[in-house]
Amino acid sequence: MLNLVSTGSNYIIMIMCAIYAISCFTIFLPSSEERQVKRMDRQELFMFLFHFLCYGVLFCQTFDVKIIVLYVAQALFFKLLIFIYEHLYLDCSRILMNHTCFLLLIGFVMLTRLSFDKAIKQFAIVVVSSLVVLIIPFFMEKAYWLKRLRWIYGLIGLLFLALVFVIGTTKNGSTNWISFGGFALQPMEFVKIAFVFFIAAMMEKPADSKRMFVTILFSACHVLVLIMEKDLGGALLYFVIFVFMCYAATGRGIYLFGGLSLGVLAGKLAYTLFTHVRVRFEAWLDPWSIIEGRGYQIAQSLFAIGTGGWFGMGLTQGRPSDIPVVESDFIFSAIAEEFGIFFAICLILIYLGVFVHFLKIAMDVQGRFYKLVAYGFSICFIFQVFLTIGGVTKFIPSTGVTLPLISYGGSSVASTLIIFAIMQGIFMIAYKEDEEDEEENEQLESGAGQKDLSAQTQ
Amino acid sequence: MRRHNESAVTQLLSWLVPKRGKKLRTNRYMFHTSLLVVLLFLALIGYIVKFTIYDADDIITSPYNKRTTALSERILRGSIKSANDKVLAESSEEDGEITRDYPYEEMFAHVVGYATHGKAGLESAFNYELLASHEDLVTQLKNGISGKKSTGDTIVTTLDTRLQKAAYNALEGYRGAIVAIEPITGKVRAMVSKPDFDPNELDDIWEEINSDESNSCLLNRCTQGLYPPGSTYKLVTALEYIEENENSYEDFEYKCSGETIVDSVHISCYKDEVHGNVDLDSAFAESCNTAFVTLGSTLNLKKYASLNEKCLFDQKIPFDLSVKKSRFDLDERSQKSEVPQTVIGQGNTLMTPFHNALIMCATANDGIMMKPYLVDKIESADGVTVKETKSEEYTTLMNADDAKKLQKMLREVVTDGTGHALDTDEYTVAGKTGTAENEKENAHSWFVGYSNIEDPDLVVCVIVENTGAGSKYAAPIAKKIFDSYYNNEMDKMYR
Repeated sequence: MLNLVSTGSNYIIMIMCAIYAISCFTIFLPSSEERQVKRMDRQELFMFLFHFLCYGVLFCQTFDVKIIVLYVAQALFFKLLIFIYEHLYLDCSRILMNHTCFLLLIGFVMLTRLSFDKAIKQFAIVVVSSLVVLIIPFFMEKAYWLKRLRWIYGLIGLLFLALVFVIGTTKNGSTNWISFGGFALQPMEFVKIAFVFFIAAMMEKPADSKRMFVTILFSACHVLVLIMEKDLGGALLYFVIFVFMCYAATGRGIYLFGGLSLGVLAGKLAYTLFTHVRVRFEAWLDPWSIIEGRGYQIAQSLFAIGTGGWFGMGLTQGRPSDIPVVESDFIFSAIAEEFGIFFAICLILIYLGVFVHFLKIAMDVQGRFYKLVAYGFSICFIFQVFLTIGGVTKFIPSTGVTLPLISYGGSSVASTLIIFAIMQGIFMIAYKEDEEDEEENEQLESGAGQKDLSAQTQ
Repeated sequence: MRRHNESAVTQLLSWLVPKRGKKLRTNRYMFHTSLLVVLLFLALIGYIVKFTIYDADDIITSPYNKRTTALSERILRGSIKSANDKVLAESSEEDGEITRDYPYEEMFAHVVGYATHGKAGLESAFNYELLASHEDLVTQLKNGISGKKSTGDTIVTTLDTRLQKAAYNALEGYRGAIVAIEPITGKVRAMVSKPDFDPNELDDIWEEINSDESNSCLLNRCTQGLYPPGSTYKLVTALEYIEENENSYEDFEYKCSGETIVDSVHISCYKDEVHGNVDLDSAFAESCNTAFVTLGSTLNLKKYASLNEKCLFDQKIPFDLSVKKSRFDLDERSQKSEVPQTVIGQGNTLMTPFHNALIMCATANDGIMMKPYLVDKIESADGVTVKETKSEEYTTLMNADDAKKLQKMLREVVTDGTGHALDTDEYTVAGKTGTAENEKENAHSWFVGYSNIEDPDLVVCVIVENTGAGSKYAAPIAKKIFDSYYNNEMDKMYR
């Protein structure tokens, strides 16, 4: 019976998710404001329906009242969060808000299914951090001096990253955690924010060769420290952010081209130097021959995705716990197994939708500093998604990166929430600029101004 | 043309390192890179779709995937059926207790296998398919509501119960194995191994049959039994000799005196029979050992080894059940004294009856080996085809001309040689007998051959352990199988 409930709700969820995924893109089509609002209302409805259905299935499995309590707490919290946001920041992006909440809710459902305790912990972290980040957009509006800090970002970032060498602990083979007083943090997750700010601030004005040199030096140090911590996914992510931001800031193809060749070269070097790189590469090439050893995880992940098939086993009906560290790095496989590959592809489309939205913010905002910051976060966000999903599906070697907003992990979810809040801030700045422009235009039109408009609108 | 090239180079250069003072179009750069990102994700989604459609089915059947255990709690194991629509294995649920019934008892024990006490045969190889249900949605829904289990898919095999029965009865009282394969398609029509066991009684007899090592009745001798091929192997030796002496092999002459010494190895013909003057054809037909070791001593060992590799010795054979690798040791580094025994199928050479049948299939099919298979299709419990096997070429062992020469020689074995037991007016047979000496007193008796020489219908390979001459034991058993094939008009049904 539970099997049936689970399968039935799975089909409803699939259809809703497909409509939601499509609306991620149609929302950019020109249409009346009324229809836009309707679209966003529907998104919100689907996301809460999804949440309701999934917790219904989870409750049917155990008939544990704890699950209902958690459900009610979550539903209330998100409703409240959306309410506060919309009233505190009248100009905020509702689409971005919807995406944030939907991805978080998917994560909570999956975590509750995998481990109730972890779901509670994650929920607590999300509640605290999303309330704290509420002030970020407000702060950004005032902090005009942010772009002047330049290399200070880099220095702070490096120091913070290097802290693991002093008070670091090792988890899952990488020494990239620091712990103090019962708390454990992954500096890499937070430093990436500083790193994006650093490059944006350095490149805000067309850079001379000296400043370029400093940028490259600091960036290389970041990547090297991460490699020393054996955090390959992190190193790759920082490297990609650096390459893409440099290209966007200068328009010099040599950054893309050289970055790519350098990346391949570095990869080869890492392959010969480090055994853990070789092991991961071999597990990617042929996990089946070493299925008892290092190929086990990726093989289990492929079993999960393959057995789930297009329509999934149904929530609670699979065996995702066969995959080691399924809650964090391999949560995508668990989602694909239980909700189906069709849902999983819709999820990828939603992530792409977030990326497109981020990019649109980057294009809309006029100040070059925020433009580059927004662009850096878009690249950071989408590459993290690519590394995770590509890794667990054996499209690329697995690098051990989390799936933003869904994977279990306090540092990951908190840093992603900060990024989303900053993006909201930039969105509002762009909106304000837009309004000012319009006012100016009106003034210009009413007066007999002969000023060249193209300089302002770019 | 030149100017064109130059402009392309300068364009590339100006993209790589733009001139100073060029206007920055950051939005355009961002847009370009985002196209790159979208492309990357399209490739990722394409890969996932490809994985789901093509790769997933093969991967998830791995024994490391424990999800099948979870499935069996929700799904009633599917049936296994023969090509003529008889049930070979079937599960039923009564009062919550599930029993799996094998109506033919011992007859299909090895090929169908068992699903308790571990798994074997088709039950093991198609475990996942038997536990996957493709019943229509309405039935699944009804089952879900009423709490009844859905039924897993049905495996429709290529086996024919009538042929299997004939083979099973023909081997009665002996130990050994029989394989029957259609050479044109690769369909396996019968597969019998003895001694056997009753899979219905497995719970009661499990300890007994496991402690009894002398019988090893769980072993599927067709695919897992390694035997010296004896004179049936002369087919490969003859092929090598023909390939090396394309123009002069017909001139081979030898006077058999019943025994000879080659490379200081003493070789005699079976029962020291004296064959007199022989050429290649008559030496093959009468299975003259002395003639073969004489022509064998002229062979180029490097080419001989590579022919054996081509004939799948020491190679993995693709099949629905796992097949032990056959063994061939000779190469250009070997001792000369190993050659005489090896060319007549003794020495270190070992092969499975299944492999021997496949070489005969290729010979009958003008050199082309079809990929052998046991499962014709997979159906949902309500009879809708889920997956169908198509017959396909696997490899080519020899060219068609050489295959035709061998076919002629194999036919002479039946008309004028050791295979006369199969010389009948009702159908034509070509084949080779073998008498393989082993560590025990009595030799293994082999026959491998095919019927209907114009347009081959069926290859049959028989081995009877520790009995004696192939002509005396294995050949008459093979005849019973061919008789059943033509009496039941299977040639008309299947061809």
